[in-house]
Amino acid sequence: MSLSTEVREYSGVTIVDMTGRITLGEESGQVRDTVRGLLENGATKIVLNLGGVTYIDSSGLGELVSAYTTSRNQGCEIKLLNVQAKVQDLLQITKLHTVFHCLTDETEAVTSF
Amino acid sequence: MTDCRKLRLSLESTLDSIDAAELIVQRLAELNGFNEDQVHQIGMGVRETVANAVKHGNAFNLAKRVSFNAAVDEAAFEVTVTDQGAGFEPEDIADPCEGDNLLRASGRGLLMMKAFFDEVEVGRCAGTGTRVRLVKYCAKGAS
Repeated sequence: MSLSTEVREYSGVTIVDMTGRITLGEESGQVRDTVRGLLENGATKIVLNLGGVTYIDSSGLGELVSAYTTSRNQGCEIKLLNVQAKVQDLLQITKLHTVFHCLTDETEAVTSF
Repeated sequence: MTDCRKLRLSLESTLDSIDAAELIVQRLAELNGFNEDQVHQIGMGVRETVANAVKHGNAFNLAKRVSFNAAVDEAAFEVTVTDQGAGFEPEDIADPCEGDNLLRASGRGLLMMKAFFDEVEVGRCAGTGTRVRLVKYCAKGAS
């Protein structure tokens, strides 16, 4: 299952709805290209909605970390929304739960910036 | 291993091989009674191993192959993956959970293998390349 992404705006926050898998190859590149495009367009608050993402491998995690650091270096903040259980397990295993701010409610995510 | 199913494959150094290896081991694990979580973990661990072999070991060089061996019965799932790359020393891999390494984009594959398998051995081959052996025991009812 490939990755699909849809971008929308909500109260000044850019929300990226993601569905599918984020793995080595095209899907990881898609995450990189999407975030890069948003930064080029001046986004400063991004929520990656992973509610439809059931699977991420180490390359996908690396891409999320890259998105986080690249954004931070450009004055943009990235948060994660609706992280599924298996992906949450990975964040715990890799200790990336200490890096990412993960939320479960979209309104709360938008107002948390 | 009794009633052991064995599989030996020679994989191309491509992204498709990574997907194929993951699907094959998941199916094998299902057929041998591993539970849903274990099937997921076996698939992820094997995916990371084959991805390392294809990407870091063989550097997507189509002239180089990835040797893939699996043996599974009701008690355990064992996989050995060998590449034809330059090899590496596992102790040279920085702890991805430590300090600034947390913000590195790579280096988490071995950690994930160890999280999902009961035994992980990484060694150099006699000639060239890296050999990774993974074993997961099928404790009934366990994850």
